[in-house]
Amino acid sequence: MTTQERLTISRESQLEDSGYKWGFTTDIEMEMAPKGVNADIVRLISGKKDEPEWMLEWRLKAFEYWNGLQLQDAEPRWAKLRYPEIDYQDIYYYAAPKSQDDAPKSLDEVDPEMLETFDKLGIPLHERERLAGVAVDAVFDSVSVATTYADQLEERGIIFCSFTEAVQKHPELVQKYLGSVVPYTDNFFAALNSAVFSDGSFVYIPPGVRCPIELMTYFRINTEGTGQFERTLIVADEGAYVSYLEGCTAPIRRTSQLHAAVVELVSLDRGEIKYSTIQNWYPGTKDGQGGVYNFVTKRGITGNDAKISWTQVETGSAITWKYPSVILRGDNSVGEFYSVALANNYQQADTGTKMIHIGKNTKSTIVSKGISAGHGENTYRGGVKILPGAENATNHTQCDSLLVGDQCGAHTVPYIEVRNPTARLEHEASTSKVSDEQLFYLMARGISEEDAHHMIITGWSRDVINELPFEFALEAGQLLKVSLEGAVG
Amino acid sequence: MTLNVVEIPTNVVRHLDLYRQDWDNFVAAQASNGVATNPVNEFRNVGWREFERVGFPIHRRGNELWKYTDLRGIDRAEFRSGSRSKTFDRNELAAKIPLPSEWQNLVFVDGRLDRSHSDSVGQQAGVRFDSVSSFADLGKLAQCADNAFVSLNSAFLDDGIFVDVDAGGFANKPIHLVFVTTEFDDGHRAVYPRVAASIGSGAEAMLIETHVSISDAAHLSAPVVEISLADDASLKHYRAQLDNENSYHFATTRVKQSSGSNYQSSSFSIGCSIGRNDVFTHLAGEHAVSTLHGVYLTTNRQHQDNEISTTHLAPHCTSDQYYKGILSGRSRAVFSGKITVERGAQKTDASQKDLNLLLSHGAEVDTKPSLEIYADDVKCGHGATAGYVDEDTLFYLQSRGVDYDTAQAMLIRGFAAEIISEFGDDTLREFLENQLDELMPVLQIASDTIGTA
Repeated sequence: MTTQERLTISRESQLEDSGYKWGFTTDIEMEMAPKGVNADIVRLISGKKDEPEWMLEWRLKAFEYWNGLQLQDAEPRWAKLRYPEIDYQDIYYYAAPKSQDDAPKSLDEVDPEMLETFDKLGIPLHERERLAGVAVDAVFDSVSVATTYADQLEERGIIFCSFTEAVQKHPELVQKYLGSVVPYTDNFFAALNSAVFSDGSFVYIPPGVRCPIELMTYFRINTEGTGQFERTLIVADEGAYVSYLEGCTAPIRRTSQLHAAVVELVSLDRGEIKYSTIQNWYPGTKDGQGGVYNFVTKRGITGNDAKISWTQVETGSAITWKYPSVILRGDNSVGEFYSVALANNYQQADTGTKMIHIGKNTKSTIVSKGISAGHGENTYRGGVKILPGAENATNHTQCDSLLVGDQCGAHTVPYIEVRNPTARLEHEASTSKVSDEQLFYLMARGISEEDAHHMIITGWSRDVINELPFEFALEAGQLLKVSLEGAVG
Repeated sequence: MTLNVVEIPTNVVRHLDLYRQDWDNFVAAQASNGVATNPVNEFRNVGWREFERVGFPIHRRGNELWKYTDLRGIDRAEFRSGSRSKTFDRNELAAKIPLPSEWQNLVFVDGRLDRSHSDSVGQQAGVRFDSVSSFADLGKLAQCADNAFVSLNSAFLDDGIFVDVDAGGFANKPIHLVFVTTEFDDGHRAVYPRVAASIGSGAEAMLIETHVSISDAAHLSAPVVEISLADDASLKHYRAQLDNENSYHFATTRVKQSSGSNYQSSSFSIGCSIGRNDVFTHLAGEHAVSTLHGVYLTTNRQHQDNEISTTHLAPHCTSDQYYKGILSGRSRAVFSGKITVERGAQKTDASQKDLNLLLSHGAEVDTKPSLEIYADDVKCGHGATAGYVDEDTLFYLQSRGVDYDTAQAMLIRGFAAEIISEFGDDTLREFLENQLDELMPVLQIASDTIGTA
């Protein structure tokens, strides 16, 4: 075990990072595995969590697969992203708050520094200060530190806990669904995650139950040089409903951090999962140093008459590689994707969705809004696949790009594959800038140029932001404003 | 610190020795005819070396340009070049395609100009025909790098044809380039037609390019067309791809446009087992206009691939990509459109559309209309649709006494007519309409959508 010297750059000393107010670091004693990844590290992670044999075996198979890919240099390179080669042996794969060893039994035992951290983030772990109607699972450097409301949820048979806990307490559910939507062979980053994931959230909603409150996981990368590899698995059983929120931040660091998460959603017959993300990882400095490399695999699968809806507001990360998808397997099932992605300064985002229509009368909707500013590069990459059996499938895709400034880039790469003649597909896209007329109109009414820009951009993104739960919608609006500071005017 | 670069894997050509043998023979024959000058020889060498290096793109993983088109069949087959062409009667050709006296018809048999079948040249003021090697930009617009078909074509560079229209000139006759492929004695023929056109300042011309087979024998055709438009030049470029259903056709068209020039291309593709129409226009001067339209009709197991790309390098240019497809049987079509707006190309107005009509279960369309934009004051839009013949419209027609087959044919014809009506020559347009009508029963037999949906 090593501890690491850290380079703390506070907001005060790095004025060029104005805007990223989540950039503080927390001094908490961490327990870390040596740098690098190999089968022993995988065993160590599994051992730390006291995992059953089947879990370790799965991780080792995943590691073997990933290692094979790595030896063939099969890291995916098709995305429109440029970044330095990632040295996978120069990353800490396990970092956990030390106090986790003698795991806190209740919130009172949670390290006060940690509570303060989440307080600073505006994430209330104290239930008395709770955000009305939201249950929170807080993940700090890949380890779940606290879950609120677990007892109340339990009464309804809802399971909302850390992944580690789920492996111990609900192995039959984890074994049944883990890897069922994103197998470890899915892609390079999913394979790596499957081998080394440290924690994450697990949700199970029993048949016919409508989860009465929003469930939320808050992810925080703290320790320098660590990768964060969390894994989320949400199962809505027949006729169940859940709305799940995910938020993330990281401290300001000179070096880049790797985040490779996997999210699997299973919505059984008549089930519905609404998954909302506000991704606000540290985007790097204004001149493109540091920032989080965000390589995420998110996918859901539907039963008959089921629904999965993804909503994302992506303002953070230096690199975003993320395609929340839906496999529409059941007849009459519905998939939705609403996204606002913002790339300012030197941020690069290659994000979109994949809708795979297998069942009859399946329906998908894609609304993607990409904002590029500064030297940012924003790519929408989406796939719509209609397989031969998907009679009467429909898809509507709308992807709009907004360019702020003449040094940025906005790209649209949709792939549409139709193998059934009864399908109806429409794809439309537009590219525009904030028009001088609109700006003039607002400014003539005494609104400053920056506020006018902000109003127009928020209005333009409204189709997506409206899909977010209320508190998140407010935060999203603020985030867009803060993230665009300095880009306009 | 190394940056990630997408590397396209290279492929070893299965019958490389045969291609090499034919190429050696070809180069030797050219030398003995005394027509092999050094620059042309070097041009061929460059082409051959690149073909040898890059091979046919059969490994498609990570190769976006060939994501949906499988070339393993071409790699497996033995395509030969060099043997004597089969002779045929001009009437035989005239039965297949129009050769009206109002056009300047130039007939190329297996890639070489056949004077006996062509109209005599040199009667049009301001228009000259020459060997393709006298085109100043030869190989600069259609580059060999990473492109097997341009490389092969360059390796086998023959006279081809160079259409040179003087500044201010007006080609009053449509220039009709007919590429006929004949049967090969034993095996399959490979042909590499090469065309260059230079349209001078303010000049106007119409180029009609027709590809046709004289037999049902399989062949590989890899034509390359390079076009340069000077300031305010205008070219209408029509393309009919009618090769037989056993053949393979990989066409490359590269266009460079100067300020105020207008390039209008319409393509009509019904032939081939696997056909590819790869068009790339560069808008290098302000206020240039590029219109790339086309219609593709596929039946049985045909595969038609459209790789359509426009790059805006200068401000104030307009471009429009519009392709329509009608698919039946177990056929497959691809539309891969790309519009790139480079930094500084402000006030660009670009649109891109691909609409498809799927007539049967088993047909597949893969469409990828993509935009790459680096300038903020632009208007770019794109769209794609796939669907079937509208049942309500069919019902409307049937309720007025039009029988089912006729109603369906009307709707198919109407769908294609939007593009066909743009062919700006009456003879050509009527010919294409007839081609569509002849194809209609085949499209309809293979159609199983309506009535079952």
